Amino acid sequence: MLPIVFEWHWDIGHFVFMGLFYAALTVIGLGLVVAFRSTMKDLNSGKDPHDLGHH
Amino acid sequence: MSANKGEHRFGMVIDLDKCTGCGACSVACMSENNIGTLLDETDKIRSITWLRVYQIDNGKAFPDTQIAFIPRPCQHCEGSHGHHTPCVSVCPATATDYDETTGIVSQIPTRCIGCRYCVGACPYHARYFNWFDVPWPKGAERGLSPFVSPRMRGVVEKCTFCYHRYQRAKNKAFLEGGSVGEKDYQTACTEACPSGAITFGDLNNPKHKVHELAKNPLAFRLLERLGTNTKVYYVSQRDWVQRKLDNYLAGEKLPVKAAS
Amino acid sequence: MDDSKFWPQGVKRCKPGMFIAWLLLPLALGGWATLSAFLCLYKGLNQTNMNDYFAFGVWIVVDLAIIALGAGAFFTGYLTYVLRRHELKNIINAAVIIGFICYSGAILMLGIDIGQPARGWFGFWHANVHSMLTEVMFCITTYAIVLIVEFVPLILENRQISKVPDLAIFAHHLHRIMIVFAATGTFLSFFHQGSLGGMFGVLYARPFAFRTGYMIWPWTFFLFILSAIASGPSFTTLIVMWTEKMSGRQLTSHSVKMLMGKISGFLLIFYMVLKTADTAYWANVTLPNMGLTMGDLYKQGPYGEWLLWVELGLCGWLPAIMLMFQKVRETYGLLALAMILNCSGAVFNRFVFTIQSLAIPVLPFENFASYLPSWQEWGISAGVIAYGLLLFSLAYRYLPVFPQEAELNK
Repeated sequence: MLPIVFEWHWDIGHFVFMGLFYAALTVIGLGLVVAFRSTMKDLNSGKDPHDLGHH
Repeated sequence: MSANKGEHRFGMVIDLDKCTGCGACSVACMSENNIGTLLDETDKIRSITWLRVYQIDNGKAFPDTQIAFIPRPCQHCEGSHGHHTPCVSVCPATATDYDETTGIVSQIPTRCIGCRYCVGACPYHARYFNWFDVPWPKGAERGLSPFVSPRMRGVVEKCTFCYHRYQRAKNKAFLEGGSVGEKDYQTACTEACPSGAITFGDLNNPKHKVHELAKNPLAFRLLERLGTNTKVYYVSQRDWVQRKLDNYLAGEKLPVKAAS
Repeated sequence: MDDSKFWPQGVKRCKPGMFIAWLLLPLALGGWATLSAFLCLYKGLNQTNMNDYFAFGVWIVVDLAIIALGAGAFFTGYLTYVLRRHELKNIINAAVIIGFICYSGAILMLGIDIGQPARGWFGFWHANVHSMLTEVMFCITTYAIVLIVEFVPLILENRQISKVPDLAIFAHHLHRIMIVFAATGTFLSFFHQGSLGGMFGVLYARPFAFRTGYMIWPWTFFLFILSAIASGPSFTTLIVMWTEKMSGRQLTSHSVKMLMGKISGFLLIFYMVLKTADTAYWANVTLPNMGLTMGDLYKQGPYGEWLLWVELGLCGWLPAIMLMFQKVRETYGLLALAMILNCSGAVFNRFVFTIQSLAIPVLPFENFASYLPSWQEWGISAGVIAYGLLLFSLAYRYLPVFPQEAELNK
């Protein structure tokens, strides 16, 4: 899973597999960060949740 | 026969015409590798026998009945390109590995998560899952071999070609100078066989007996057509025995032995 | 005891007493499952009837089946958020909840199925990237995270919870970027539905399961994806229909169900064409190369050719053709029947690949062994279903799952 684990090989298999895995985790993580930050911004500006409109 | 990257390809040649089915190989294997006995061993597909001896017959009625015995250790498949062994390629946790220097398929019980995918992948039933904890009787630990760890419940285990003996032989060779000779590394089953049916050695080394024996036109491997590329060879003069070692379509002849 | 202030805006639910009485069923099944799980964890897998010949049993069948049927979540999500089929917004919430139930249920089950549950994380830490099962583990876990992220805004939309401004705004923002999660989920799901199929297709020493393929992917990789996205939308719709029958309320307009049926039908036709071609190639080329005929693999115990007819005919081509007809999709009962057959076909397929693959001896001198699950194995399987019933019942009662419900039941 990490280069410090001894099964790790710097080969194409690990690049593709782990690369995609960490990319997916990063996207999910960034998505959550964006949602948190937007929430904080709206709260600080005193926005009323009912003004946000429905989705 | 494809070449290994490593210098050794340890393998076995078993002469089925010499095998009497006595089971000494199985017993030797169990005691060498600390294989436990359960309180109830009636369910054979849950008990552990790294080297199982199958009995087969030619399906004919008396007086034409013939029987043969097929000792079946792990076949130590090499697969198509070294590590593409049926079991090694599927293990999610790298708990089983193909050693490129010896050609031995290893098993690391302390790493095994017990998913049993490898058990399903192996067509030889050479892999065994520990369905139970072994109820070692009090004091039994003094009878255990210190060279092989006993396994816990919930993991898979299998024949390792007595890899600890290879390690011991390497240590000896290092201390005394020189290299591991044919006699220095022999599996427990090979030594125990009273009729000399099992021969073990380095298939790559022309000085080892198995090197020649495996080239015998009468030597076949179990389920060779699947492409498992095993390192256990079986020799028999009997046509029906050879046919029983693989699947053939109706009317298909025995495969012609490749000149290798 | 009145819980009506927690109900979604403008809808009615049954009396609390009745609801609790209904919950006794999943709770009772859950008790059975808890006892079974305790025995399996405490005493070990000897509590099951699995053995060295049947290394996988009913648990893996249920696992594969619910993951295939749970594919409604990712595929409907993909159609709704990425391809912007807006009418599917009326059913996407149900699809997400069912997906979450299926995936989390499968993960719980796998935790008991492995011999050393405490070492489950070794599959990640010591990952063998060449194993299809590793891919399954990584994708299922990551996708479960995505499903949680997709489920959370729905929980936050509960009438009382959404009164908290922080949570309401957070739910709004999660919804706003749902396309990101839906796309990630699609990618992850695509690969693990495939790798679940790949798991069997790569078993080159198991002629029943082995398939040739494209590059590193055996044909089963692609077939499992297709059968999952063909049956997933059907399963989601069926659960909605069942909820309608139980609650006596219409939850989505029939046109939404018809659309789901159409999507299922077209994918199923496509799948059946490829699956039939794959079966023919396997029977006529792959197997003879291994010295076997198809007849050799369908003569052991109860595993006869009837399985093939049921899977490909009754539960394959028949629902595929049925769903092609507008008339069938318009009729509530026929649509449900076609969808039941479709889902059964996917379950049959997973069953055959898991159990029959192992049941057929490969060594010519090996004997056929039989397997029937123990009560503990049934208990855990029932537990996953109970978990689904419980979660979906609670979600339906307290969360605004169906946007059309208030309108349709005025």
